[in-house]
Amino acid sequence: MTVFCGHYGSGKSSLAVNYSLYLKSLCDSVTMADVDIVNPYFRSADSRKELEENGVGVITLPYANTNVDLPSLPSSIYGLVERADTHAVLDVGGDDRGAYALGRFTDSILRENDFEMLCVVNFARPLTSTPEDALEVMREINAVCALPFTGIVNNTNLGSQTTKELVLGSEEKAAELARLSGVPVAFTSAAKGVFPDGERPDIFRLTLHKYYF
Amino acid sequence: MAEKVLMKGNEAIAEAAIRAGCRHYFGYPITPQTELAAYMAKRMPKIGGVFLQAESEIAAINMVYGVSAAGKRVMTSSSSPGVSLKQEGISYIAGADLPALIVNVERGGPGLGGIQPSQSDYFQATKGGGHGDYHLIVLTPASVQEMADLTALAFDLSDKYRLPSMLLADGTIGQMMEPVVLPEESCGTVEKPWAVTGTQMKRKHNIVNSLYLVPEELEKTNFERFERYKEIEANEARCEEFMTSDADVVVVAFGIAARVSKNAVVAAREQGIKAGLIRPITVWPFPKKAIEEAAKHVKGFVCAELSMGQMIEDVRLACGCSKPVLGAIRVGGMIPTPEEVLAKIKEAEGGNA
Repeated sequence: MTVFCGHYGSGKSSLAVNYSLYLKSLCDSVTMADVDIVNPYFRSADSRKELEENGVGVITLPYANTNVDLPSLPSSIYGLVERADTHAVLDVGGDDRGAYALGRFTDSILRENDFEMLCVVNFARPLTSTPEDALEVMREINAVCALPFTGIVNNTNLGSQTTKELVLGSEEKAAELARLSGVPVAFTSAAKGVFPDGERPDIFRLTLHKYYF
Repeated sequence: MAEKVLMKGNEAIAEAAIRAGCRHYFGYPITPQTELAAYMAKRMPKIGGVFLQAESEIAAINMVYGVSAAGKRVMTSSSSPGVSLKQEGISYIAGADLPALIVNVERGGPGLGGIQPSQSDYFQATKGGGHGDYHLIVLTPASVQEMADLTALAFDLSDKYRLPSMLLADGTIGQMMEPVVLPEESCGTVEKPWAVTGTQMKRKHNIVNSLYLVPEELEKTNFERFERYKEIEANEARCEEFMTSDADVVVVAFGIAARVSKNAVVAAREQGIKAGLIRPITVWPFPKKAIEEAAKHVKGFVCAELSMGQMIEDVRLACGCSKPVLGAIRVGGMIPTPEEVLAKIKEAEGGNA
């Protein structure tokens, strides 16, 4: 299982969608679950069609993108957490508020003990602009869901205005966050096109969902 | 140049307000505005400010009334149903000639409506909203950058003219993330000799009130207030014009609808239709002059809105009903597509209006 947590708007949903598609190229069965109980719009559920066309199972909240403001989780997520026949990807809501929803599953996740818990960080976000501030968010998330982080994803970006220099310049901060937290940097990610093909192949390329406004 | 950061629209309002010297925030959570309150809850304690989640919207707006009377920059925020609850307090603040910032990140209505984006509080925002004769200065951001910039401007205008201002956004602009350069720190330069700050036994005490026991006096304050409104209408109407100078059809749209409409205007031009866009940045005062000018050469206007066409009335009034005004309308949380706006542009251009 792969779990994406982190500060609001650090890119968890984009990563969850792209990472699920990437995993599908490596293993037979992948299921992505949108368990964001915080965010009303711009959700990984927006990418349902693309995921399903590529054979990735999708579980979303019953009321995602509707007018119902109910933070409820569908029962199928309980099944997903227990299942061992599919690689589950959980897109968790932002900050500690979003991670509350994860706490419900911590016992089963720890019992199965086959998970990566990734903290997505964007150092271009004002409340996580320093490693110290990002560490505070990591601790707050840990405190409510009791699931230890296993890796940091450095997803530093300015949306459509992301530059190579911005990403490269953030790697030092990510290393410092790793030192402070004792959690290693799992990988760095950036939208397709920020780096030319072939350059820095270790950087995970993201295809972003397009909106018409 | 200041550093760019990536923010949600709601967060940009909060940070810009702090940078504009606002240290008092009173609110009550409601989707799709909650990030604003959450940001304030996190930041205010660190900078010696006050974040207070009130027991209700009504309590929150009356706390705003109190702090404003004491001469401090103060704000509240909510979404449509919550702003309806605040109307009584807003009327009192307007009646007491106090500055304050009210943010409405609109969602679908009427009633409890829904949590998806909307612009259907246009009448409420521009025509007063609560009881009595009054106006708010109403600013309509169309990007995360403007969420920040117009927040600072709203505080300044509010202080300058002594009336509450409103940032009228929609859920999409509140929720979307874009790069933003945050405004510099400032706290306004307007003196507030009327503020209730303690006399130190050195002056006569100030009274902040909206109750007048003598009708002649109440009439006089209303007349005086409307003289100020005239000044605001003359000096503070703002809009952005895009390809309007030779346009046969002008789309009038603000906020998220303006972003969609800009795409429609570009698409129309590619097809040889002379379309343009007037994007009101203030909807009170309404940018009448731009509409008047455009009316001299257009065949018709198209209002693109996330409401049942509430702005159409203002466009008709501004052009003296001289040209037809069509509506490209979606409601209930839906947003018009560029194709839908383009279809209306073609209809107005063909003179079928």
